[in-house]
Amino acid sequence: MKVSVASGKGGTGKTTVAVNLAHALADMSRTVTYADCDVEEPNGHIFLQPAIETSTRAGVVIPVVNVKKCTACGECSRICRFGAIACLGRPAMTFPELCKSCGGCFMVCEERALSEDVREVGVVEEGRAGNIRFLQGRLRVGEAQSPPLIRRVKNKIPDEGVIILDAPPGTSCPVIETARGSDYVLMVTEPTPFGLNDLKLAVEMVRVLDIPFGVGINRAGPGNDGVEQFCREEEIRILFELPDDRRIAEAYSRGEIVCRAIPEYAKVFEHLGREVLEAVS
Amino acid sequence: MKIAVTSQGKELESPVDPRFGRALYLLIVDTDTGAHEVVDNKQNLSALQGAGIQAAENVVRHGVSALLTGHCGPKAFRALSSAGIRLFTGVDGPVKSVVEKYKNGEYEPAVAPDVQGHW
Repeated sequence: MKVSVASGKGGTGKTTVAVNLAHALADMSRTVTYADCDVEEPNGHIFLQPAIETSTRAGVVIPVVNVKKCTACGECSRICRFGAIACLGRPAMTFPELCKSCGGCFMVCEERALSEDVREVGVVEEGRAGNIRFLQGRLRVGEAQSPPLIRRVKNKIPDEGVIILDAPPGTSCPVIETARGSDYVLMVTEPTPFGLNDLKLAVEMVRVLDIPFGVGINRAGPGNDGVEQFCREEEIRILFELPDDRRIAEAYSRGEIVCRAIPEYAKVFEHLGREVLEAVS
Repeated sequence: MKIAVTSQGKELESPVDPRFGRALYLLIVDTDTGAHEVVDNKQNLSALQGAGIQAAENVVRHGVSALLTGHCGPKAFRALSSAGIRLFTGVDGPVKSVVEKYKNGEYEPAVAPDVQGHW
């Protein structure tokens, strides 16, 4: 059972919710895997403090031009939608950082002038945090594309138990790659105009992906009720609210798991765990 | 010989477009006859990536030996260098006067890109 924790606006509390939800479900004797798919800036490890057991380098296939065989016919350049291989004379030249590894150029080269090389995208790390199986991707500094590495992280997800995928912020390729194939998306938002604006975009995204979803409101409190109103109008289920409690921020800034640091919140996350399990089945 | 100048309009009186990869038009000018051809570059304006490379390929296809523009990014620079096209950056004003200044040898060729990608 795969649950993605996404948001829209960054900094709403995805990781807070994801790591606490993982703990709560593990405490309910579920088999839990936590996968940090925010490969540009994974931060779940700060709270889960896993013991990393394996680290696997991940790369994507890119073309290399054999200067002797290339006849500068231009077919590779014509099929490439990304400007990653250009034909301006002999031989064709590549721009490896733009390549999306679609394989098109290899398919159309009749001179067999292209061979495979690898562009390193980052590493996938596996380990354990107590009872929780831990996975994360770390994007190579300088690499512009997250989705290929996110796919590699997802490839290591086991078949059994509950998988919590901690998604990147936003509503574009990295989140979509993370959430695709999930059974449920939990959208964490905050009761502010920015939070609401980005929640609307995120809802649009999840609806296109056609995955059941619900909302969690972090830093809830009196004042702005735009998010609640929106969810009411759209008939979106609000699964939980976390109050704007300074103690939570203090625990977070110490790198602590909220439901351990402040025992009264253990019940809140246990409740969320049950709500999510019920929503998925 | 044929040279290319990035342009904001279709006429020789149009101002130079400061960008190359995402220039509105490329004017291909024959320095011997003064005749010019308009190449529409608009399909590259909204390109997410590789606009400079596509524009360079376009320039090569027209048999141009020099390119004059405001600024040129790193990938476009690499593409133009490999094709042996002389690049001149930092030009501005009407295309017509840029062509004249080029013919009078008033411009120095660029030895490096002068802006980041997506400038």
